[in-house]
Amino acid sequence: MKLAIKLAYKNLIGAGLRTWLNVIVLSFSFVMIIAAKGILVGWDRQAKKDMNEWEIGGGQYWNVNYDPYDAFTLNDAHSAIPSQFSNEIERGDMVPVLITQGTIYPEGRMQSILIKGIDPEQILLKLPTSKLDTAVGAIPAIIGSNMARVNKLNKGDYVTIRWRDTNGTFDATEVFIADIFTTNVPTVDLAQVWVPLDSLQSMLLMPGEATILTFRDAVSQRSEEKNWKLMTYKTLVSDIEGMIKTKSVAQSIFYTILLILALLAIFDTQVLSIFRRQKEIGTYIALGYTRKEVVMLFTVEGAMHAVFAAVVGAIYGIPLLMWFARKGISLGQSSSDYGFAIANIMYPVYSGTLIIGTTLVVLLATTIVSYWPSRRIAKMNPTEALRGKLQ
Amino acid sequence: MNDNFIIITEKLTKRFPMGKGEFTALKGIDLTLDVGEFTGLIGPSGSGKTTLLNIIGSLDTPSDGEAIVMGKSIGKLSAREAAKLRKEKLGFIFQSYNLLQVHTVFENVEFPLLLLDFTGNERRKMVMDALEWVGLIDKIKQKPPQLSGGECQRVAIARAMVKKPSLVLADEPTANLDAANSHNILQTMAKLNEDLRTTFLFATHDEKVIGYLKRKIYLKDGLVDKIETA
Repeated sequence: MKLAIKLAYKNLIGAGLRTWLNVIVLSFSFVMIIAAKGILVGWDRQAKKDMNEWEIGGGQYWNVNYDPYDAFTLNDAHSAIPSQFSNEIERGDMVPVLITQGTIYPEGRMQSILIKGIDPEQILLKLPTSKLDTAVGAIPAIIGSNMARVNKLNKGDYVTIRWRDTNGTFDATEVFIADIFTTNVPTVDLAQVWVPLDSLQSMLLMPGEATILTFRDAVSQRSEEKNWKLMTYKTLVSDIEGMIKTKSVAQSIFYTILLILALLAIFDTQVLSIFRRQKEIGTYIALGYTRKEVVMLFTVEGAMHAVFAAVVGAIYGIPLLMWFARKGISLGQSSSDYGFAIANIMYPVYSGTLIIGTTLVVLLATTIVSYWPSRRIAKMNPTEALRGKLQ
Repeated sequence: MNDNFIIITEKLTKRFPMGKGEFTALKGIDLTLDVGEFTGLIGPSGSGKTTLLNIIGSLDTPSDGEAIVMGKSIGKLSAREAAKLRKEKLGFIFQSYNLLQVHTVFENVEFPLLLLDFTGNERRKMVMDALEWVGLIDKIKQKPPQLSGGECQRVAIARAMVKKPSLVLADEPTANLDAANSHNILQTMAKLNEDLRTTFLFATHDEKVIGYLKRKIYLKDGLVDKIETA
């Protein structure tokens, strides 16, 4: 094997430009696959981190009637906060949120919104709820930057909101936009107004009630409570995981095509080599190689393209990917419209597993396409090969 | 059977498929070769000399009869055993040199030793000795495309001789060389035959080669026509 590697190296270097063209094409696939996968890994991490910090914490209890995809459930999606959570809430390790449907009237227009009540003193979520302590004539509210942009609202504006209380009675009031926050999590931003929990409980006539209880600790085992459904961290991020998985499959098709193009060049080189180098093959056999050993030599030679490609890819890929990882990839303003947690600037993450995994996949694929045409050598007649006669 | 015979062939026959029928290249050759001979198979194209050389070199197998080389029946050897025989005991010299083009002269000559268990120092010494025999010490770093035809053939001789094989098979070794180079090559081989007692078997129809042979086996239409001893 050592000799095969040594010979293969020598033969590849000796082949000159042909080798380097193949290597460059293959290295391009290498870098592209790692870059593209790195973006997905980075997105996955960033999305989960943002969701954890802004919305779901370590997990949530949902009122059994609550369905975030069905606004009609909100009328019934509330119940008293269980007393056993009092200490946890007191310590700041759990945050109750009350949610109701409402309407906002910015500049005379109307838009359906969710009105969410949250404790202004909470520090579990990154929402700037301390601004809800602002003492003004109206109820203080905070909104996300995308909500502000869509409704042309600014910090310090007053705007009317309308809701129905627990008895079905419509009521309306003015809220004061105390702060506008920027987040990558649209589910706490778009079409939502955050007000103090106490105020919303009074507005809805639901004292001591909530729709969601977000807790900090994702590790400890929790049990279901009466009227409350436990939503673990894993369950809450399953949507984003599913979406990334779908994206990953789509992306796999793209880089499989890229890889096939590169491998096609190597396959072609191998086929050509076997025809052009028949005398050499015959000579190896005459000097004491078995045909199987010559097949191995040619396979190693083909597979070595992948090793060279890894080295060449590393030369230009490492600085390029490091630059991407540091600077990130801008998705522009439109990223807020995706409807799921995605940052305007995505920072790719290149893990050891990703790099080693990609290297092994490319090496294995290259070995297979190198072996495939090389099998022909096993059927060659050495005396014909020595004379360089096409068979 | 005489133990001194390095090659024995008995009723050696070789048939090749040709269209729907067969072509018989060797029609029952009976031959023996002693250790240290400098012998040639002589005949026109199609007489079967290269086919006979290939079978003796375990690159091909007989259709019928037997070819025994250094006590081993070629027809009964597995691919691995045949490769072992070529690797350890045989040296080949070809008409078109068959050097590895991307390797230097040194590496070409070293190649057969890499297949055997020699240390780096041993290999270096053996390669330098072989290159000294053929007078190419000053060309060790050059590659075949930088050498003349005569130099290439001398590299091929060095490669065939470097492991000091028992038998060297040379197929038309001077066919691509001019007269001066041919004589030079043949003198080198004759000297190695004298000094190392290596058996040489040529396949040739070149008069220059024939002049150097100690025994001449004439083949005609796949049969031994006559044998002449100098």
